[in-house]
Amino acid sequence: MTFPIYQYTLRNGLRVVLAPDRMVPVVGISVVYDVGFRSEAENNAGFAHLFEHLMFEGSANVRKLEHFRLVQGAGGTANGVTHLDYTEFFELLPANGLELGLFLEADRMRSPVITAAEIANQVDVIAAEIRSKVLSRPYGGFPAAKVPPVLFSSFHNSHDGYGGIGELRAASVAAVARFFRTYYSPRNAVMAVAGDFDCSAAVRLIDRYFAGIAATPAPRRPDFTEPPLPADRHTSYTDPLAPLPAFAVAWRVPDPITDRAAYLPYLVLNAALTDGAFSRLAGRLVAGQRIATDVAGRLGAGNEPFTARNPSCLILWGLLLPQASADAALGAIDAELCRIAEDGLAPDELDRVRARLTATLLADLDRVQDRVRRLAVTTCLHGDARAAVMLAAGIGEVTSDQVAAVAASMRASSRAVVEVIPGGGP
Amino acid sequence: MTRRVPGLGAPRDLVFPVVAERTLVSGLSVVAVRHGQVPLAEIRLRVPFAGVNGAQAGLLSRTFLSGTAARTAAEIEAEVQRLGGRLAATADADEFVVSGGGLADGLPRLLHVLGDVLSRAAYPAAEVSVARDRLAQHVRVAKSQPAYAALEALNRLIYGNHPYANQTPDPADIMAVTADDLRSLHAARLRPAEATLFIIGDVNLDAALDEAEFALMDWKGTDPFPPVLSLPPMPRIPSRPRMVALAGWPRAVQACVRVAMPVLPRTSPEYAAFQLAHLIFGGYFSSRLVENLREDKGLAYTPQSAIVHLLAGSVALVCADVPADAAAAALAEIWRELDRGPDAPAGEGELQRARQYAMGSLTLSLASQAGVADTLTALAKDGLGPEWVAEHSRRLATVTGEQVAQAGRYLSRRHAVSLVLGDAETSEPGLAALGEVVRC
Repeated sequence: MTFPIYQYTLRNGLRVVLAPDRMVPVVGISVVYDVGFRSEAENNAGFAHLFEHLMFEGSANVRKLEHFRLVQGAGGTANGVTHLDYTEFFELLPANGLELGLFLEADRMRSPVITAAEIANQVDVIAAEIRSKVLSRPYGGFPAAKVPPVLFSSFHNSHDGYGGIGELRAASVAAVARFFRTYYSPRNAVMAVAGDFDCSAAVRLIDRYFAGIAATPAPRRPDFTEPPLPADRHTSYTDPLAPLPAFAVAWRVPDPITDRAAYLPYLVLNAALTDGAFSRLAGRLVAGQRIATDVAGRLGAGNEPFTARNPSCLILWGLLLPQASADAALGAIDAELCRIAEDGLAPDELDRVRARLTATLLADLDRVQDRVRRLAVTTCLHGDARAAVMLAAGIGEVTSDQVAAVAASMRASSRAVVEVIPGGGP
Repeated sequence: MTRRVPGLGAPRDLVFPVVAERTLVSGLSVVAVRHGQVPLAEIRLRVPFAGVNGAQAGLLSRTFLSGTAARTAAEIEAEVQRLGGRLAATADADEFVVSGGGLADGLPRLLHVLGDVLSRAAYPAAEVSVARDRLAQHVRVAKSQPAYAALEALNRLIYGNHPYANQTPDPADIMAVTADDLRSLHAARLRPAEATLFIIGDVNLDAALDEAEFALMDWKGTDPFPPVLSLPPMPRIPSRPRMVALAGWPRAVQACVRVAMPVLPRTSPEYAAFQLAHLIFGGYFSSRLVENLREDKGLAYTPQSAIVHLLAGSVALVCADVPADAAAAALAEIWRELDRGPDAPAGEGELQRARQYAMGSLTLSLASQAGVADTLTALAKDGLGPEWVAEHSRRLATVTGEQVAQAGRYLSRRHAVSLVLGDAETSEPGLAALGEVVRC
């Protein structure tokens, strides 16, 4: 890695990460707030996502529609995403747009405009988002939204990020404003800037726009830990659009942030099981027994191996051929886990799985847009931007014995299973 | 406190990274670009595929890496993975593209695997059989998506008898493809003389060209007959500006509203002006279409218009997924925005935003290895090279409002096709009030 990473904190508590790289004529900005949909109370379900939308609808000095007009009118792109444990806003701009980007982020960190009309408009947009992304797609919300309610018990850990449209329509301006005051404090945020900029100029600009934002207290983050699953769980549902049956099986994993050494072997195991047509499970289920058309695996319900807190999960899932049963797939998975528990991974297998995981992490750092997002969220969740680079090194140290021990711990008695029954389409 | 929005710093001229090119004895063009701050490299191999049977093309891309005389499919995968790499092929009605990447020091090995597959792919019967079943099932899954079904219905409307009319093969046609078909297709069409290989990375350019030459020296292409590389031109879309095709999808929770029209290709002298007209209409978030349908009416999450560049011609495709009972309202707004173009020329702010956005997009597309790789691959389809990027940026900078308004004439209901896919009972009454509904 040939770019440096500088980190400092403003007096109002905003953490700043600077990663100058003069080789590309673009600059990326990412602001991460330490609140995701896991933090929502039951009567505020969907607020984190609604608020993410509202952050684009205007602030003290930026009218509705102007955020995108200004960013795109500078030749850039912008977006926001609500995750389980954080909400992020980011811009990628030609390098001459740095000051504009900083201004826009500061203005909405200080004083977003929250009105009933904007809430109503954006709830409509969110309703359209749910129709498009979930209700009109076969396997919509699977497995990301379908597994947590089975694997976890608390509302925090099991609900999806959308909430109910009815409840969101009833959201008051006061309740939304309270959400902002609670969670959008600079002390609860991280901003990263990466790409082509002069460091001392950036520090001056950040001071100009952000230092005056009031230092409100950061919220206390609750402990979302749950007691272990007392027994395995199983559920099924019918998807009216799905043409083929599907299954997902999930286990809880160690704390991804504080217990990294115990967590990383799960990442390697998952890759050995599911990465590629000749991975353990694809080889067995797709090419061997020919009962599945696809198998896949992920760490974190939203596929966020390094950007979700405890509790988190490993999910394996697949699409099955019409006559195949989920039990047959689960049996094959158990058998493969058993083999790995006894024999570990072959030396060559371990090497290449680690190599690809490392390259994937590096590729994230090649693209300025991904780099700046990765630096901001890593600082927020891991407390240090450099962890983004150290994670790659950690993967290289995972051993075959560790992977075997993890496989042995993934028993049928501690898993959650979701089956999708095909409704057959229109 | 009132604060002024800061202006932009001084813009910089777009500078394309350093490029080196070489044509190998086999006729293969190799283009290498030095780019990147991380020790990675990207490759793309593009081969023209016009006129290839869709079922065969689809299955060829899925089995291309399934074994050679020297390596099994599992060995290919293991070798690529060991390099921290990826290698995958895709095919459509225009082209066959292999995309890959990995750690920069693994580039020679990755190219070597590619060379082996290109010159000695075996298409073993067992692997072909598994891939055939999978592809047929994937097509079933794809066709169960309303948005996908809408695109297919639209393609049939626009293209009539043209090969583009059916871009997804039927499962039955896929099941009929044999391993021998694939071997013949590979021999006939995967030929170096028509192909271009792109290498982008933190690499020495001369070394990368040498490595490519060495790794691909056995790829000669075995079929003596050069393929026909062109497609019939796109059919003319009949002028029925008030017609709406309605495709039924019972109980659909939303209606897919689609409007499509032929537009200028990238090679047209007017393309820069047209691109800006299209952005202003619906080509980005700050467009009239998005500000209307999403930010004003709250009807759709990602309404948009996209220009699809195909070998036989370019098409603008307007998409809005809206509540089932709002199809007519959304279509009326899309038509209104299309009709508005000539009467409501872009304001200075609107034009300037679109101009900056289009120029900025070029700059941003060059900010990553994968972005450079994909940009060059897309340009190659139109016979354009890396120099096009900076030239186009200059054209965008200088095109006038008058030229943009002129080029906007292509965004018109007069040669557009409109289609709604959704619950017919819910959508039909509103659409009938708007125009002539034809069930399809």
